[in-house]
Parts: sequence; structure tokens; C-alpha cells
Amino acid sequence: MIRLEKRPSPSRFWQASTPVLAVVLTMIAGGLMFAALGKNPFEAIRTIFWDPLFNPQFASYSRPQLLVKAGPLILIAIGLSLGFRAGIWNIGAEGQYIMGALFGAGVGLAFYPADLWFIFPLMVVAGAFGGWIWAMIPAILRTKFNTNEILVSLLMVYIAQNILSSMSLGLLRNPEGGGFPGSRNLSQYPAASNPELIAGTGLHWGVIAAFMAVIAAYILLQRHILGFHIKLAGQAPRAARYAGVNPTGLILLCMGISGALAGLAGLFEVAGPAGQISIDFNVGYGFTAIIVAFLGRLNPIGILLAGLLMALTYIGGELAQFMLGLPAAAIQAFQGMLLFFLLAVDLLSNYRIRLGSTKEAI
Amino acid sequence: MFGGIDPALLISALMVASVPIILAAIGELVVERAGVLNLGVEGMMIMGAVCGFILSVQTGSAFMGFVGGAVGGMAMALIFGLLTQYLLANQVASGLALTLFGLGLSSLMGQGFVGIRPPATGAVPFGPLADIPFLGRVLFSHDWVVYLSLASVAATWWVLRSTRTGLILRAVGESHDAAHALGYKVRKIRMLAILFGGAMAGVGGAYISLVRVPQWTDGITAGAGWIALAIVVFAAWRPWRALIGAYLFGGISVLQLNLQAAGARIPVEYLSMSPYLITILVLVIMSSGRGKAALSAPASLGKNFHASR
Repeated sequence: MIRLEKRPSPSRFWQASTPVLAVVLTMIAGGLMFAALGKNPFEAIRTIFWDPLFNPQFASYSRPQLLVKAGPLILIAIGLSLGFRAGIWNIGAEGQYIMGALFGAGVGLAFYPADLWFIFPLMVVAGAFGGWIWAMIPAILRTKFNTNEILVSLLMVYIAQNILSSMSLGLLRNPEGGGFPGSRNLSQYPAASNPELIAGTGLHWGVIAAFMAVIAAYILLQRHILGFHIKLAGQAPRAARYAGVNPTGLILLCMGISGALAGLAGLFEVAGPAGQISIDFNVGYGFTAIIVAFLGRLNPIGILLAGLLMALTYIGGELAQFMLGLPAAAIQAFQGMLLFFLLAVDLLSNYRIRLGSTKEAI
Repeated sequence: MFGGIDPALLISALMVASVPIILAAIGELVVERAGVLNLGVEGMMIMGAVCGFILSVQTGSAFMGFVGGAVGGMAMALIFGLLTQYLLANQVASGLALTLFGLGLSSLMGQGFVGIRPPATGAVPFGPLADIPFLGRVLFSHDWVVYLSLASVAATWWVLRSTRTGLILRAVGESHDAAHALGYKVRKIRMLAILFGGAMAGVGGAYISLVRVPQWTDGITAGAGWIALAIVVFAAWRPWRALIGAYLFGGISVLQLNLQAAGARIPVEYLSMSPYLITILVLVIMSSGRGKAALSAPASLGKNFHASR
């Protein structure tokens, strides 16, 4: 008979090691999945996790991609983690990401073809604003009308996607694009582009913003009263109220920060790696960032590492697609699996497992 | 603007369009009444859609497709149940994981099945009844799943209201500690409810890929699972109100499709976002003011149960 005994406080050892354990378990289960698809599991795992970094043939292309992909994931996940800690579930980051990209790109394209120094900074502001305003809708509905923010923020993603396709077919379409959907290519418009800052590293302004967000979130959570309020509201909502935490303010703040960061991620992506607004320029970073936030245990440093690992699965997945013919969807399922294992092994940090048949608790 | 649309056709199309939402919403309603918040409806639906599609194409039987849909949805629900009931994982996060995993796995499984037409699900032969001018078209021209969806609403209403099973289920959802003290197996009851919810969502998903569309494409459910979740809140956890909500939603999606086809002057994108917009609007109305939906929510909703406390 296996019993679970609640620990008085979460085990520090297991809190640090459960993400690693989850990754290992996912590799095993993912290997089984790849074997079921008729691929050699060891080769597949090596192609995903090892070759992008160390294979002499691919590493020169893949390594810079690591930062390109990790940047938006980390940026979004940092924002989400603040809300998740406070028990505020913004799961519509994908929509905020799209709106940030639209607002930012819209500002940039409005100035085309002027060459002014302030265009890109203005786009950054507009991107953050776009994501922020999109997150404010569920936040205000929650605080004013007590509407469930999980459902509203998610439904807003579908609305954002429709706005995106309307924009890329209409208002923002490249007038010189020969009727094809999609905007002008921002990466070819120097005043509005988000270029690779150091050649061969993949470093762009979005990656720098992500690192800044990690540091800011770390300081906020460790040293600032606001971080304490966020943690308190999540762990003990009643105690938080007695301690003078304003729940309305906290919802607006957490949703606002996560929306603004997701919007920033969208802007940096559209002005840099993606280059243009098109119907499907968004590749689901907003949803994958949820996995990143949990894999990083909602801790800024953890999220930094988790974002890099998740970026690796994206790049390795592309490589495996190219080398082994592994379907792209397999990687998405693999990432989803990771979240399952993560949630499952989390039990170890909150409970002790006791063997033996003592009497059931009454 | 509405000149070209025949009301009988519109109502009968609305009844078909709302079937997936009704089934999924009724399933989720039972799950939530048992005190469990499963946000993975979208993932269970899409797995039901792909499993049902594959099985019906392989066996050549539409009925087997719906069986496959139920099994696919239940398999996903089983993962959710194990995570939340036995490994005590956070229900919100587990539900999201279910959706993310389901979207990936379904597109992986469906790869060889793009562009195939599934076997048709024919209308139930009502004979002369189907020839009654207006009612025949509205009531007696549908396939059996439409009637199943209506029957499931009635059955759920009756079971929850007037049977012992319903009473136990509600007790577990309102106060799991009290139900445990009375000797009910909280975990087992919740597990069964979760599996029921998965099967219902799976059948609803299968209806999308087998009847509504009917073919397989990635992400075919397009948020239907989330709308079903919203409808449960709209319904204040009551089956008949879930039916009204689903018909409202079905009506809007049929109307916007008709407007698109009729070439209305509103751009297509704004028409296709309207169902989501209306859902949000309805959520807002239901959550505020006198009809506060939150007040009728099951008291233990979303809280995990561990017997040793």
C-alpha cells in the first residue's frame, strides 16, 4: 500500500530536481513515441538534444537559433509566471503576442520609408502597449464583472488571430507585394528592423529584453514588496487581504505585465526573425511559454534555463524533421508530454511517499 | 440582409452546429458538478475528432467513429484524472497540458488522413414525419447524434436532480471532506465523472470531424472546447441552460457562415470572430449583476482532495 504524506513545507531538493527528472522521463516516453513512428529513438533524441549544439555540420547554423527561439519564450514566460504565482491565469499570451506585433509593425509601417532614429523605439513602445491593452480586456472584465480570466484571455486569442488575418490581407498588406497577403518586410527597412546585433550569435533586442526581464523579475520577487504580495496572494489569498494586498490592483498589474511582455516578444519577432506580418507568423510561442513557465518552476532563473531547453527542442525538432523525417507535430506532442511529467513528478516535492500498510487516515 | 435565408434551414443547421458544444458542455458540466475543473476539453475534443476519424475511415463505419471518439476522449481524460486525482497536480495546469498535448498528438496521428472523406452519417429515417412542412425539416431530418445530444441533456438533468447518483455526485462537488466523512469514495466518483466528461467531449469532437466538416485538418476543433467551458459557466451548471447556451452559440456561428456565403459587406474575419466575441459578452453578462454565475458554482470546484487531512 502506497500512502502520501504531506510535507510541512515543499522539499528543496525535489523542487530543484523534479524538472530534470521530468525531462528525463519525457525523453524516455518521447523515445517510445518516436520508436512507434518507426524512427530510431536514440538517433531521434540525439538529433534533437545534441546535434543542434555540437554536431560540426549543423551547430554553426543551429547555435544562434537557440537565442532567437529562446528570447520570445523567456520574455513571455517571465510575464506569465508572475500571474501564475499570484493565481491569475493569463493563458492568452498568444493573442497578446499577435497584438503586440500588429501594433508595433503598424507604427513602423506608418513611417515607411522615412529614416528616423526614433522609429524602432516607438515601435517597441507600441508593441508593449498592444499586448498590454489586449491583456487589459480580460483583466478589467475580471475585476469589474468577475468574469473568468482564463476563458476570456483564451477566447481573445481567436479574435486576435482573425484581426491578424484581416490586417495581413488588408490594412497592412504590402502595396508592392503583388497582391500576396503579408506586410512589407520590416527586416529590410533599417529604421524599423530588429537585426542580429552580433553576427553569428542570434542576439537581437528581444533577447536582451528577455535577459532584462529575467533580472527584473528576480529582483521583484526576491527584494521588492510587490513580489512578496504576488507570492502571498498565490499561497494564502486570505492572509494577503489582511496584509493589505489589493486584489484588483494585483490582477491588473500581473495581467498588464504579462501582456506587455508578450506584446514585446511579438514586436521583436515580427521586426526581426519573422520579418513581416503574415497570416501565420505566430508559431505558438504564447502557448509553449506556459510550459516554459512551469518547467522553470515559475522562478526567473529556472525560466531562463527552461526557455533555452525548450528552444533546443524547437531547433532539434526542425533538424529531426529534416534529417529523419520526424513530423513537426511530434515535437509539439513531445513538449506537451513534458508538461505532463512535470506536473506528475511535482508530487515528490509536496508529498512524501510512504510504503507499508498503516491504517488509513480517518 | 436575411432575405435569402430560410428559417427552417437555419434552425436545423443551428441544431447540427451546436451538437459538439452541447456534448462537450454536458460532459464538462458533470465533471464540474463533481468539483473538478478540467480545462482540457479542447484537447479531449480534438483527440476524439482524430481517433473517431481514423477508426471510421479504417472500419468504414460512421458509428465506430463515434465509439473511437469516445475512447480517444476518455484516454485523454484518464491522463488528466491520474494527474489530478492520484498525483494531486494543479487542475488548471493539467487541463492546459491536456490541450497542448492533444493538439500536438492529434496532428501527428492525423497526418495520413488529410483530404479523405469519412463514411457518411445518415439522417434517421422518420418516414412521413420528415415531410411535415416546417417541423419535418427542423425536428425529423437529423442524424442520430443530434438526438443523442438532446437526450444527454435530459438524462443529465434527470440524474443530477432526482437520482441518488446525482445527489452523491453533487455532494462530492460541494464538499469533498463531508462526502468523504460520509464514506463516499471521492476519488473514484471524481474519476468516473472525469471519464464521462472525456467520452462526451470525444464524441463531440468526432462529430466535428465526421459530420460538421467532414474531413480531417489540424486544429479542427478551433476553440470549440473553450466555448463549451464558457457555456458551462453561462449555464450556471444547469443542463437545460447549457442547451440554450449552445443553441445561442450555434445560431450565431450558422448565421455568420450564412452571411459569409451570402457575401455580406462585413469582412469575413470579423464575421468569424463573432462567435468568440459573443461568448465573451455572454460570460460578462452572466458573471456580473443579479444572475451572478459564480454563486452557483460547486463549492469544491478546482480544489484537490487528499484524504489524510
